[in-house]
Amino acid sequence: MADSTLALESRALHKRFAVKASRQITQALDGVTLQIPSGSLAALVGPDGAGKTTLLRLTAGLLRADAGELRVLGIDARAEPQAIQNRISYMPQRFGLYEDLSVLENLDLYADLHGVPKAARRERYPRLLEMTDLGSCTARPAGKLSGGMKQKLGLACTLVRSPELLLLDEPTVGVDPLSRRELWQIVRQLVSDEKLSVIISTAYLDEADRCGQVFVLHEGRLLAQGAPETIRAHAQGHTFLVTPPTHWPTRRLQAALLDQPACIIDAVPQGGDVRFIQRSARNDTALVDLLHGQPLQPIPARLEDGFMVLLRQQRARDDSGNTDDPPLDQPVAQPLTPAVIASGQATPQTDAERVIEVRDLVRQFGDFTAVASTSFSVRRGEIFGLLGPNGAGKTTTFRMLCGLLPATSGFLQVAGVNLRHARAEARRQIGYVSQKFALYGNLTVRENLEFFGGAYGLRGQRLRERLLEVQRQFHLTGQDNIPSGQLPGGFKQRLAMAAALLHQPEILFLDEPTSGADPLARREFWRRITALAASGTTIVITTHFMEEAEYCDRIVIQDAGKVLALGTPQQVRAQAGDSPQRRLDMEQAFIGIVEQARGRHQPTSQREVIA
Amino acid sequence: MNTQPTAEARGAGFWLRLIALTRKEVRQLLRDKSNLAIGVVLPMILILLFGYGLSMDVRHAPVAVVLEDPSPSAADIVTGLQLSPYLAPVLLGSMPDAERLMRERRVDGIVRVPGDFSRRLAEDKARLQLIVHGSEAARARLIQAYASGAILQWAQRQADRIGQADAAGGPVLVEQRLWFNAANTSTWYLVPGLIVLIMTLIGAFLTALVMAREWERGTLEALFVTPVRPTEMLLAKIIPYFMVGMIGLALCLLAARFLFEIPIQGSLPLLLLSSVLYMLVSLGIGLVISSATKNQFLASQIALLSTFLPSLMLSGFLYDLRNVPTVINMIGHILPATYYMELLRTLFLAGNVWPLIARDCAILAGYAVLLLGLARFVTRKRLD
Amino acid sequence: MRDFLHRVLILCRKELLAIFKDSSSRVILVGPIIMQSLLFGYAATFDLSNIPYALLDQSHDAASTALIAKLDGAGVFHRVATLQRQHDIAALLDTQQALLAVHIGPRLEQQMTAGATAKIQLLIDARNSNTAGSAAAYVGAVIDRYNAEWRAKQGLSGPPLAIETRAWFNPNLETRWNVMPGMIAALSMVQTLLLTALSVAREREQGTFDQLLVTPLSLPVIMIGKAIAPILVGLMQSTLVLLITLFWFKVPLAGSLATLYLGLLLFTTASVGIGLSISALSANMQQAMLYTFVLIMPMMLLSGLATPVRNMPDLLQFMTYANPLRFAIDLVQRVYLEGVGLATVAPDFVPLLVITAVTLPLAGWLFRNRLI
Repeated sequence: MADSTLALESRALHKRFAVKASRQITQALDGVTLQIPSGSLAALVGPDGAGKTTLLRLTAGLLRADAGELRVLGIDARAEPQAIQNRISYMPQRFGLYEDLSVLENLDLYADLHGVPKAARRERYPRLLEMTDLGSCTARPAGKLSGGMKQKLGLACTLVRSPELLLLDEPTVGVDPLSRRELWQIVRQLVSDEKLSVIISTAYLDEADRCGQVFVLHEGRLLAQGAPETIRAHAQGHTFLVTPPTHWPTRRLQAALLDQPACIIDAVPQGGDVRFIQRSARNDTALVDLLHGQPLQPIPARLEDGFMVLLRQQRARDDSGNTDDPPLDQPVAQPLTPAVIASGQATPQTDAERVIEVRDLVRQFGDFTAVASTSFSVRRGEIFGLLGPNGAGKTTTFRMLCGLLPATSGFLQVAGVNLRHARAEARRQIGYVSQKFALYGNLTVRENLEFFGGAYGLRGQRLRERLLEVQRQFHLTGQDNIPSGQLPGGFKQRLAMAAALLHQPEILFLDEPTSGADPLARREFWRRITALAASGTTIVITTHFMEEAEYCDRIVIQDAGKVLALGTPQQVRAQAGDSPQRRLDMEQAFIGIVEQARGRHQPTSQREVIA
Repeated sequence: MNTQPTAEARGAGFWLRLIALTRKEVRQLLRDKSNLAIGVVLPMILILLFGYGLSMDVRHAPVAVVLEDPSPSAADIVTGLQLSPYLAPVLLGSMPDAERLMRERRVDGIVRVPGDFSRRLAEDKARLQLIVHGSEAARARLIQAYASGAILQWAQRQADRIGQADAAGGPVLVEQRLWFNAANTSTWYLVPGLIVLIMTLIGAFLTALVMAREWERGTLEALFVTPVRPTEMLLAKIIPYFMVGMIGLALCLLAARFLFEIPIQGSLPLLLLSSVLYMLVSLGIGLVISSATKNQFLASQIALLSTFLPSLMLSGFLYDLRNVPTVINMIGHILPATYYMELLRTLFLAGNVWPLIARDCAILAGYAVLLLGLARFVTRKRLD
Repeated sequence: MRDFLHRVLILCRKELLAIFKDSSSRVILVGPIIMQSLLFGYAATFDLSNIPYALLDQSHDAASTALIAKLDGAGVFHRVATLQRQHDIAALLDTQQALLAVHIGPRLEQQMTAGATAKIQLLIDARNSNTAGSAAAYVGAVIDRYNAEWRAKQGLSGPPLAIETRAWFNPNLETRWNVMPGMIAALSMVQTLLLTALSVAREREQGTFDQLLVTPLSLPVIMIGKAIAPILVGLMQSTLVLLITLFWFKVPLAGSLATLYLGLLLFTTASVGIGLSISALSANMQQAMLYTFVLIMPMMLLSGLATPVRNMPDLLQFMTYANPLRFAIDLVQRVYLEGVGLATVAPDFVPLLVITAVTLPLAGWLFRNRLI
């Protein structure tokens, strides 16, 4: 019998998948050896296709390894998957709730399947319902819940009993910060109360930072493991905070830093400043120029910093042996020379042309008011963020802006065209990238681009030119004949953006483009967005990553259909009570504002706060 | 450390899980309107259509009678034709008129009485022309037979009147008796066939869709990582849809008995037994298809092509398997539906014909064991 | 206008690519059609070619032997049992070993030479009343020939009344001749309808429909683009069945191909209109599939393919006016078998056009009101 104090033990684990159409073999796991002791909270992190889900499915006995050994709770996963399944609980990435069944019926089903006695249920249900905040809607069909509530119900179903090992596969994707926080409270409470072993895979590195052990996977191999401190140590002493020179938008400086891969590993906007990781500890002259002499403030490294260092190193190793892949750090569109930065187009302060004008917008579905009397405007070249908890009405607002949903009442003008009268006219001026990959999966990259080009009225020489241009811009050259459904996740998103930008729209709408994406892909994505904005395209974006709001010129926070805050990230943080004495990051500010509004039973209109 | 649960506890777990899953299945079944559409509404539409709408019988078929001979004896032929319940003669003056009606398909046939008819009839040499519209071959053949029969009977009566015994043309007369379907109506054989269709629809088509939906929606992934066993999952699918099938059967039987007044000659328990067996067979097919495809669209296409259409076309429902080429006959005899069809028609119309019933029930039972076993074999708690 | 056509064209190209790109969808659009045409072409027959019968001959004289020889020599009867007792007949018919039993009573020849009418008994298993009717007609025909020959041999004149029969359009009265042309319309309808019903539902489920709606493509363009591809697929499938009917089953084509295809085009367009309406009504693929299925069944049954429309009660006959398949089958059979011209089948075009004129705008209206 194996060491029973290990929750999971794998030795040289291999798993391959055959991709049907292209007849290629993907190596999902390539010799993974790891040990996770019982009673620990372990996080699996890694970019797209690292093998996190495959490892969890192997652990749950849903897949069988091609080679190697895997013991879960001391049981051989290959020989006795049922014995494992009797003792663990597993929440898949897409928890398949029975949508016709009510909240309570879903819970009952899993309780019955796990053989939870009635007495234990009486004790457990109230706790689960309270923790998940689902107590008020136990009779509602699961299909009628919002995304975040479904996720919480999935977790509740997984937790109807205390398993010996709990597996959670990206439980917080697409979940807003409030629900995310609640979800983590539940998990942590269980670990401390019931000494559960938990293995969780996540794209949020701040979540992993709070785990006992972190395993960094990359393309099926284990890149690093250990306590969060061990991972953080990779970046220790290299992380700094710098305040941009006056009148410099934060993201301009961040982009300039990111464009210097020789000396900078990573840079993100944070609370009006730029946080970056320097490649070497010594002070680089190039860097001093770039920072215009602004002082550097050393700060402690986070897990994300260590992760970025590890991944950049790995990518550098991969790139040296493989020249097919374009280097990912290449600047997109026009390179941001200090001259471009200094030209300072469309700074939030100047009253540039308004490309989107929304006044008293209302949308009702029957008795339910999804969006209540909302007003804002977006200026040309601005990056405008729509934030809000799940079910706050931001998707409805977003769809109305794109002309996918008519407004019940109110004034809505996009690209100078009133959407009530000339929807087709407005559509010519906008590009739209939906949350889910929404191009034709069985058409090739080229066929998709040609189709959308044609749909936007491009043809002949002009179409060919634009095709070449976007393919170059989004690194899609040479991928012409691959069915787009079979592209890796990152490629799909680039293709979707390429298709949306073929006709050079004035406004680009992006719906949760970074949900579930790893930090590396998110940097790359935002680098493209900032470049696009710099070239004059207006960007409207929704996201659940609050730190990404820092890239925006202005943001709006909605809840229950109402605008709670509107303004620059600094203004919104200030509204939440940010001060030099008490720094708030965007997530704290967001939670503060939403909770404050929810706390008051009759929230007064906050629209005028920053008019 | 592996504390094996006692056999008793495991048995209790089995029942608890089975009940939980079955309850879930029943709730879903009742809440999803599309399931009810296929499971209840469609069978009712089919029952009414089959009972009232569809008939292969020839009744009052319009037949043009062209009298080129003005004599009374020629005109009397029309009376002869009118006596037949199958025909509705239409008297016309000229052949071109009749041909026009025929081309427009307003009549199914033409009886042409030539100008010299009565003269030649007196010499025992009369000739008549009967033309049928052949585009519906089976109907045409029946009309041909009915019309000649009616004419010959008329001739016989004429001959009887003048005392000529053999005028009808020959010494041998066929006296025909229809067994099992004395009313000679197609409803009697369409309705038992309809039961086969409905059971196939619910068992194979609906079940394949419902199971494939679970694969497609990803509801199984979390379910797999519980103590639930594949057998329990299959049983939980089988039980409610089996009940739906039995409700469908009950509807059909009631309609057959009271709406269409079809006699049930055989024993009801035997009829139920064979239906239970066939229901299990078709559930087995549905479960195998869905486990193999894991996709609603494919599952529905395959279920349609491999069970429903063949039950309609190749099971002897519409077209008698004795008439078809050997290869097709063999294919037909691979289908479980063929045996169920045979059982139903026999039990409804002929009675308890033991050798046939025993053989067919055994075959169906064999299929049920085979297919349900196969379903258990292909249903694994695995994603690869 | 050029712009409009160009947009329709690119949308149409995309639809066709999406359909034919996928090897499994190619297989599913072509394979089953060929398989069904062949299977049903052979299976769909009411023509008896091999009637199993049982014989009970209680005469055993020259006349009965001649009569039996006539039956056995007719080519369609196949004797499965020669019985001794009347009692045995039941078992054979019950178990379906024999479709019919011929019972010749004692002293047949004696009765015949005496000038009396000798009766032979025919017992038929009528569980399938169709087969029974046909079988009876076959036996009747054999007996008629026997009688005629007997009279000739006895030196009697021919029968006092001779009926010359002929069948128009289908001289040998083969069921296949009318089933196969019907299949040209019916087989293609199933998948055309399903393909159309799923086309928008699938895009909606996969999120690509939103992507399509934010382009400047207008709703009419999307509708027309979405309609053309399934129409082409439907015509392709009809062509496959037509080729099999013509060259494999060798059913002669009497009418003009142009008229036939004009009719098929109208029919397919009407089906696609119905499909698009279903698509607009259903929220997801599952619903689209089920609605289509629930609709296809009555459409097939009330089309005249299996049983004649004229045999239906008035109410149902009235309902068949909404069924494009009814008119398509009538039209194809008449053009194919009877060779009628455009003018004769024109009345069939009217309902098809009406159905199209109702369903296409309905689908458009539903899209506008359910989506945007």
